[in-house]
Amino acid sequence: MTVRIDVVPTIPDARAQVKIKQFQALAGRERVGKVHIADSYLIDAALTPGELTLARRALTNSRVEASYMGRWLPAKFHWGIEIGFLSGVTDNVGATAKETIEDATKKKFKDGEQVYSAQVFFIEGNLSRTHIEKITASLHNSLIQSAKIFGTDLRKEARAIPSVPRVSLSGSSRVLSVNLEVSDGELIEIGGEGIANEHGIHRGPLALNFDSMVSIRNHFRHEGRSPTDAELEMLAQTWSEHCKHTIFASAIDGIKDGLYKTYIQGATEKIRNAKRKTRNGDICISVFKDNAGGIVFDDEYVITHKVETHNTPSALDPFGGAITGIGGVNRDAIGFGLGAKPVANVYGFCFAPPEDGRRLFRDPGKTQEMLSAKRIAEGVIAGINAGGNQSGIPTPNGFMLFDESYRGKPLVFAGTVGLIPKKNGERKLYEKEAKPGDYIVMVGGRVGLDGIHGATFSSESLSTSSPATAVQIGDPITQKKMSDAIVKEARDQNLFNSITDCGAGGLSSSVGEMAEQSGGVRVDLEKIPLKYPGLEPWQIWISESQERMTLAVPKAKWRAFSELMKSRAVEATVIGEFTKTGRCVVTYNGSTAVDIDLEFLHNGLPKKHLLIRKPPAVPYMELRVGKEPKDFSETILRMLTRLNLASNEFISRQYDHEVQSGSVIKPLQGAGRVNGDAAVFKPLLSSQKAVVLSSGVTPYYSNIDPYKMAACAVDTAIRNAVAAGATLDHLALLDNFCWASSDEPERLWQLKEAVRACHDYAIAYGTPFISGKDSMFNDFKGYDENGEFVKISVLPTLLISSIGVIADAEKAVSIDPKAAGDFVYLLGETHEELGGSEYYRMQRIVGGRVPSVDGKKNLKIYRALMHAIQAELVASAISLGRGGLAVALSKMAMAGKMGIDVDVGKMRGSAKHEYVKLFSESQGRIVATVASGASKKFEKLFGGLSMQKIGEITKSKILSIKSGKKKIAGIGIEKALEAYRGTFKNY
Amino acid sequence: MKKVNVLVFSGYGLNCEEETQYGFQLAGGRADIVHINDVIDGKAKLSDYHILAFPGGFAYGDDTGSGKAYANRVKNHLGPELEKFLKEKKLIIGICNGFQILAQLGILPGALTYNDSNRYIDRWVDLKVEGDSPWLKEIEKLSVPIAHGEGKFVADKKTLVELAKKKQVAFRYVKGETTIYQDLPANPNGAMEDIAGVLSHDGRVLGMMPHPDRALFTTQLPHWPLLKDTARRFGAPMSEHGPGLQIFKNGVAHVAAR
Repeated sequence: MTVRIDVVPTIPDARAQVKIKQFQALAGRERVGKVHIADSYLIDAALTPGELTLARRALTNSRVEASYMGRWLPAKFHWGIEIGFLSGVTDNVGATAKETIEDATKKKFKDGEQVYSAQVFFIEGNLSRTHIEKITASLHNSLIQSAKIFGTDLRKEARAIPSVPRVSLSGSSRVLSVNLEVSDGELIEIGGEGIANEHGIHRGPLALNFDSMVSIRNHFRHEGRSPTDAELEMLAQTWSEHCKHTIFASAIDGIKDGLYKTYIQGATEKIRNAKRKTRNGDICISVFKDNAGGIVFDDEYVITHKVETHNTPSALDPFGGAITGIGGVNRDAIGFGLGAKPVANVYGFCFAPPEDGRRLFRDPGKTQEMLSAKRIAEGVIAGINAGGNQSGIPTPNGFMLFDESYRGKPLVFAGTVGLIPKKNGERKLYEKEAKPGDYIVMVGGRVGLDGIHGATFSSESLSTSSPATAVQIGDPITQKKMSDAIVKEARDQNLFNSITDCGAGGLSSSVGEMAEQSGGVRVDLEKIPLKYPGLEPWQIWISESQERMTLAVPKAKWRAFSELMKSRAVEATVIGEFTKTGRCVVTYNGSTAVDIDLEFLHNGLPKKHLLIRKPPAVPYMELRVGKEPKDFSETILRMLTRLNLASNEFISRQYDHEVQSGSVIKPLQGAGRVNGDAAVFKPLLSSQKAVVLSSGVTPYYSNIDPYKMAACAVDTAIRNAVAAGATLDHLALLDNFCWASSDEPERLWQLKEAVRACHDYAIAYGTPFISGKDSMFNDFKGYDENGEFVKISVLPTLLISSIGVIADAEKAVSIDPKAAGDFVYLLGETHEELGGSEYYRMQRIVGGRVPSVDGKKNLKIYRALMHAIQAELVASAISLGRGGLAVALSKMAMAGKMGIDVDVGKMRGSAKHEYVKLFSESQGRIVATVASGASKKFEKLFGGLSMQKIGEITKSKILSIKSGKKKIAGIGIEKALEAYRGTFKNY
Repeated sequence: MKKVNVLVFSGYGLNCEEETQYGFQLAGGRADIVHINDVIDGKAKLSDYHILAFPGGFAYGDDTGSGKAYANRVKNHLGPELEKFLKEKKLIIGICNGFQILAQLGILPGALTYNDSNRYIDRWVDLKVEGDSPWLKEIEKLSVPIAHGEGKFVADKKTLVELAKKKQVAFRYVKGETTIYQDLPANPNGAMEDIAGVLSHDGRVLGMMPHPDRALFTTQLPHWPLLKDTARRFGAPMSEHGPGLQIFKNGVAHVAAR
């Protein structure tokens, strides 16, 4: 029988207070009175009354909570809303409650016995059913949660036995054979909509095109049989764009090795060869071959980095999408070599403006509405919060950008830096190899229906057929326990030979990849622990249930490994064995589900040759009316309120950036708490060495000139890091391409241009790419409010992340000026380069000239600044990016809460007009402040380079900008801060 | 000097064990990180240690209430050993999640509940030392960071009066060096009477929401670049270690002197 325990606070409840405000915003201030929240535990287990009392006590902190067996009701309420999880959805609170009860009663739950959590909101107020429905919608996501609305008649039903979302599946345990000797049309249908079950219902997209289907059919003709359903699913997953990166791998426009090999890997090889000849040498340790890229940290350690995206899941379930995004990329660190410890997370969000009120639907009948722009942003931000904070990994750096094109699919970047010793005795920890005879061991979470078809589905546009089962929920603590047990203990006890993340594509992907190391695998599916019974064999094989790693454990070490995991409350199961048969063999209770040749699995995908076509140029459309003002103060203040420039303090504050005790340059800098562009932290408590992280993302330039866009992204990522104290000799890059409609030749032309620039500028600066990822179909295809078809494609978006090592953390530089009387220097040249700039966007000007990057000139300036910073001549420095000089100076003044007097009359470069000087986004520029006494030495370092003194730091608390004798702006610091902090004040 | 043995608990989502261990090591102690299950299984004994530290973290993801599930595990399996440890007048510190665990265990008064903003907050705070405890010797004020979602200290009126009277309020949030610098309110979470940390009646058990383990180095202070720059201009060196270290030093020194 199911029993309900309700726990309610006996003190004023901050959660309820915050909810009141949110409900008032939805229904009207005067309509909402009190709110009470009850935490409910629905216990679906055979417990005695005595045991239930123990359970209730364990779940209650009697100093501040009261608890009740059965439903609790407040003295007064008008509506009740109960939010629970849908069946099969990860319920972390329920799982902890179950563990708590088992421990308190000393009694293990039987199979199928479970605790389900729910929250009940009781609301007092004059609210209509419509109001309550609106409030209910704000409290849950119907893809993963259930909501029940009650009126006051609940008093009568209070004693009813609660119903629980028990999973009941009646999946077939049979392995199907799929007949591919069918018409071309039917073959296309199978590839597009999936394998049909006995009732002719398709299981969901394989995303295999006709050529791939023909290749598979031909292969199995040779084998003399039809493929099984599990084999087809495995091929679909392995060959998916998500896993195989066919667009970057295929020949394109005559480049036969494809974009990735030619430009990205090609650049890294050239740089490494050149660096080997220098004094500092090659910094790369492991690039492009593992779950993350690794560079030298010091003589003993390697530092790794990887950035992923989780866009499609975040569009459907923003919280779950983001939390599994960060959890997934954490596992890329844990899966590097023999397990790196995650030491920092980074994030990047591209959202539609929160006020974008467009309603979108996945179906023409408008029954499946997409979440609002604001809801997506809030959910994603909260998801990264839960994932990062609960895992004890600091989040020191990130960005948030807005554009209407992100309304269909948001872009959610999540990255993780890892730290791993180079060696354990003689064993290199950054290399790994599963050996024939090793056990295949699955560690961490159990397998459920969550995330079926994730790999194939994220390789396509988001549309009606996108499966809801592709949504996953994270369980950071299960992962944390696993991570600690592996990277803090098992690795150093030498208990396994190989490890990889079990993420997209599930076991099919992780085991399939590791099979290449030993030369074959044999797996017994029935040994795999499940969250609930009834999964079909193919589902177990490709499920993307989170928090799992796959390891190769030598038989002789299994006992020690198994005991260690058990004592750390981590589930570990032998699911098969590595072989050298050249085949991947998977059985389920004796029947063969998969028996596939590894060579075909990994290399059988038909080659493509992609064609490109240059699109027409974006016309220059000056929609602005009126002339430039004489005084730019108001314009600058308006710029500071822009979504893309305003303070993100509400995010920086809610992301723990100090855990692990290594914070050096924090996300909010100076007295004014201004968001900087780079973060610096010490990953090793005992070392003064620090890691610098930054990024460059300039999508607004993409449609005007994708080559220059990418050049700017690379330059920005490097410049931001250099301004914070990075050295170019110890700096590496990562690329993340988020493109749209990558089946169109015009998009592929843009892509090729962008990748070419990545190559050219990585070489120009000598900064190798060490890892990357792409997501090529960020399009939404659905329906608008009138049921009309709409397609929304993201701006071609390239994120370049930089990671570097600084020899001495104390030499890191912050953006806040330090003392009045210090000189202000502008490094670099300013040209009329406002196309796609934040200033043009504010003025609604389309087109124009985007910044060109002169790598040679910039390199010299960056090197000079590096020397100045090493000599401790620089008091503060800020990289000039979005918003140009005016915004950079404002940020400096606000950060230091000090005045700045500058004269922009004579500036280096071709800029003539004042608005150009203030807002142009010309690259390669940095503002530095230097104590007057150090200025001679500083200036000497820049002999012959574009560098000029433009002013001084003052005590006045006013940013004052002159052009020759003319004063063109005067802004009080407090006023600037008010503008800067105002935009997201209520977030 | 006498060897001072410190046990730093780990497991189930605690995550500040390494920096807590490092704090004690910098202070001259010998600190072991021990998974709670190794204590439960008898592989480690509380009686071998002079100081127990419950570090910060997210034990059980704060599910069912912060610190509750971990406290239950301690209570169900280590109750008698812990009582013995307390009786022997040894020292215990609980930081952040560790404080929440000690409060849930009933070893410390009061409770920690959701911040007034109902949101996780990471920022620096300034503390005024008020209590009488070996942990607090020679500290008057202290700047350290907080990072928590459930850090608001609450207690009934009677308890609050007694805590003040018996010098069991370890710290209160006040305006000070970092909060004036960054123009932030003194009290970050709505804690009653600005209480940031409390003591057991004999002062040997300290629970605090702020993280001394995250203020071990000067480069962790929010205004260190300014401090460094100022020091340079006056030709003075910047100190290497941060204000949080003194807490660990006090703990180790107290045991060593006994």
